[in-house]
Amino acid sequence: MFRQANWNEPLIFNLGRSGRRGHIPPKAEEEIVKSVGDVDALIPEKMRRKNKPRLPELSEAEVMRHFLHLSEMNYGVDSGLYPLGSCTMKYNPKVNETLANLEKVNMLSPYQEESTVQGILEILYKLEQLLAEITGTHEVCLQPAAGAHGEFLGTLLMRAYHKFNGESEKRCEIIVPDSAHGTNPASAAMAGFNVVVVPSDDDGCMSLGALKAVVSERTAGLMITNPNTLGIFERNIDEIARIIHEAGGLLYYDGANLNPLLCKVRPGDMGFDIVHINIHKTFGTPHGGGGPGAGPVGVSEELAKFLPVPRIVFDGKKYRLDYDRPYSIGKIRGFYGNVAVLLRAYAYILSLGVEGLKEVAEVSVLNANYLMKRLKGVRGLTLPYNSEKPRKHECVFSAKTLKRETGVSALNIAKRLLDYGLHPPTIYFPLIVEEALMIEPTEAFEKEELDRFYDALKKICEEEAYNNPEIVLNAPRNTTIPRLDEVKASHPRTMALSWRMYLKKLGRGSSNPYM
Amino acid sequence: MKTLNRRAHPYIPNSLPEVKEEMMREIGIKNIEELYSDVPQKYRLKKPLNLPEAMSEYEVKRHVETLLSKNKTYADMPIFLGAGCWPHYVPAVVREIVQRSEFLTSYTSYQPEISQGMLQALFEYQSMICELTGMDVANCSMYDWASALGEAARMAARVTGRKEVLIPKIIHPERALTLQVYCEPAGIDIKKVGYDGETGQLDLGDLRKKISRETAAVFIENPSYLGFIEAQVDEVAQEAHTHGALYIVGVDPTSLGVIRPPGDYAADIVVGEAQPLGNFMNFGGPLLGIMACRDDTDLIRQMPGRIIGMTTTVDGSREGFCMALQTREQHIRREKATSNICSNEALCAIASAVYMALLGPEGMRELGETIIYKANYAMKLLSKIDGVKAPVFSSTHFKEFTVNFDESGLSVKEINKRLLRRQIHGGKDISKEFPELGETALYCVTEIHSKSEIDRLAEALEEILAKR
Repeated sequence: MFRQANWNEPLIFNLGRSGRRGHIPPKAEEEIVKSVGDVDALIPEKMRRKNKPRLPELSEAEVMRHFLHLSEMNYGVDSGLYPLGSCTMKYNPKVNETLANLEKVNMLSPYQEESTVQGILEILYKLEQLLAEITGTHEVCLQPAAGAHGEFLGTLLMRAYHKFNGESEKRCEIIVPDSAHGTNPASAAMAGFNVVVVPSDDDGCMSLGALKAVVSERTAGLMITNPNTLGIFERNIDEIARIIHEAGGLLYYDGANLNPLLCKVRPGDMGFDIVHINIHKTFGTPHGGGGPGAGPVGVSEELAKFLPVPRIVFDGKKYRLDYDRPYSIGKIRGFYGNVAVLLRAYAYILSLGVEGLKEVAEVSVLNANYLMKRLKGVRGLTLPYNSEKPRKHECVFSAKTLKRETGVSALNIAKRLLDYGLHPPTIYFPLIVEEALMIEPTEAFEKEELDRFYDALKKICEEEAYNNPEIVLNAPRNTTIPRLDEVKASHPRTMALSWRMYLKKLGRGSSNPYM
Repeated sequence: MKTLNRRAHPYIPNSLPEVKEEMMREIGIKNIEELYSDVPQKYRLKKPLNLPEAMSEYEVKRHVETLLSKNKTYADMPIFLGAGCWPHYVPAVVREIVQRSEFLTSYTSYQPEISQGMLQALFEYQSMICELTGMDVANCSMYDWASALGEAARMAARVTGRKEVLIPKIIHPERALTLQVYCEPAGIDIKKVGYDGETGQLDLGDLRKKISRETAAVFIENPSYLGFIEAQVDEVAQEAHTHGALYIVGVDPTSLGVIRPPGDYAADIVVGEAQPLGNFMNFGGPLLGIMACRDDTDLIRQMPGRIIGMTTTVDGSREGFCMALQTREQHIRREKATSNICSNEALCAIASAVYMALLGPEGMRELGETIIYKANYAMKLLSKIDGVKAPVFSSTHFKEFTVNFDESGLSVKEINKRLLRRQIHGGKDISKEFPELGETALYCVTEIHSKSEIDRLAEALEEILAKR
């Protein structure tokens, strides 16, 4: 039976002793000290730090042990299945870690003379080419730090394009389907657009009638992911592209669901003008508990001139950074992108090759449909939106019936899955599915692990929920900690977003508000 | 490069033909293509893409290592570059922890009960950033300083309902450009405040002229982009607050063991770059954007990004951690969210948490002292060279400083070329960024630059300038 480690690890501020040291930085050489004199005299009196920061004081071994304990109270894709829909949690090859930890990358400054960084520029340049080929776009920019950052860039490019055509005032709307990731409307709003939502039809695809009704001369573009968040291929993409382009808008591809299309179908060929790629999803780089990722953006030839600076260019002999782009939108962050992440993606593509990437796509779809087929018979679960249609990378079940019949919700199922040592799927998304369980197994897990997931889910729904719902409602029990009160974390009376805020709240009342 | 026998690829367990057969039988199909039957034929790729064939792990490793061997790094020659991405030592424990699979390969902690380790570590990161900066609340990371500044400006505009931000003229040009790109769609205007030609300090007269009831925020950097410590921090705070504007301060956190933290001088929002706290430069990314603010509901509710909070179990038996205030975020609030940020730089934040815990208060002070000693030694040494002025401004410098070569008759470009021939990498050429400063370079010296490397730089410069 699964039991997660529970070290009862105190907050680091409650460990150690005054005076203990975990690391001693190099000291300035004696001649330097002699030459410069009193360091305090250098700093204007009013700018000297008077009170030491209240950081913990621990020995090296204590720091190591503390964080090791914390890591053991966490679950990664190396621990087991991680079928978070739309997150594409696949295996992160270890050789890529070896490469990303080489001094030849780690100790490179972004401002070094181009002659001293030819190797890394070549890798980044080649990666751009590979990603352009994979997405069917003209040029790829590696600058965005994450998928949402890529979306922000994409919507800024739409803005730049319409401005260039003298239509920036008029084109103020971006259309998204009701099944869109939350980042789509948020990115559109950040770039100054109004968001127009189009409902899905009975097949789970964007309703063409509804789309036609909202498209107008105000349309700046449409953001869509294909396959969509139900795992269904937008069969009318041809028509959607035509409608948007005829209205003078641009088509944006949210690359969160690119995995099942690798080397099978290219967004560029489907008429997309702007495409972002989630490197930490599709190209197997570790997600690090929330990042760093990378969100390169590929664009059509027409939009390339608006990409951020600098662009990496190659004259046949040397790679160089080109800042001379008069139409560029500027920059969306410092420097060139999350290079250490991009380097891993380059190695990933080489390890799989053209046939391997196609295999990734096909097996990810095989795995999703296999799980879907098996789960279709589970009591209490239903598969909304044309249950006969094949899905691509993910499938979305609804626990609506189970909830009505037993009181067990999608959230309860998720918490109970934890007890089986399995990470649950994404829940309550997409918003158009009630009590949603959004399952994306990816290509990275073996049939046996998929079967284990199926067995657990079947047992939870059919046996536990109907016969012994308490065990599901009170889950989890085998994790480090039982069910948390997430409302308390955001309630003004108890909200503690740092150690000092926590101490302040403790000091305010006579009793501990957390207990 | 030969085609591998890919009967079963190591990364794709179910690529084994027998397994595929079994699974297809269960689904009721004969061919995986049937699962793509709803994809219009016209979009299906008819021929393989122009991509390389697969390589073995060994071949990939050799290939990438060979390409990387063309790079020259700090290990090959002393490099005196900083400018927003700085060379520092990363202790071995930091490397060890961030490679722990359970951290490295986990997703955002949507299921807090199975992710207590990550959540607690991020809460500790937030808490230590608060201690270092003197603020009450920090989020668990932004992409980098530049994008954090862009978000901070938008946050200030939302809080104050105003549309104008004042920034110093001495600012990293890439940061200023990013800020502009973030602000333009929100209709926020950016105005630059001049500096004192002698000291480089913010021109308070110019600030008073430009600040008004329209000002959403006043931003300063400390240390400044050109490395000096801005000392009029209280005066700027007073100007900002008198006019009802927010005060945003940008920091290099390696200075905060010795320099007064922004929380001490009434900053409302703190941004900055925490890359130097335990993260390598990696040619400029990933970086680690700091975002912190005061314990003020109006500010907290407008903060972008993920924030980890403390809570208890439902049964009240234990304390624990989970994501707080998610109603600000895109997955709930969609187009009304405070930002679209989703993935951030969590693992870099873990690295910084380990770093701060290792150094502690004494280590942070020693780090700051070593840096300020070494940078000031370098400045002193270079300023003795005929034809060199270092620094341009008379203020105290922390780890970066300007070196002007106007009197030498040589351009920074030429000098850097000649330095490189001697296996030394000079400072960043800023003659185009700040034409008013002439032929000037921005040099960076940290705790990893040894005295002999600094001496070598001075000797080389002396030689180069003597030959002019």
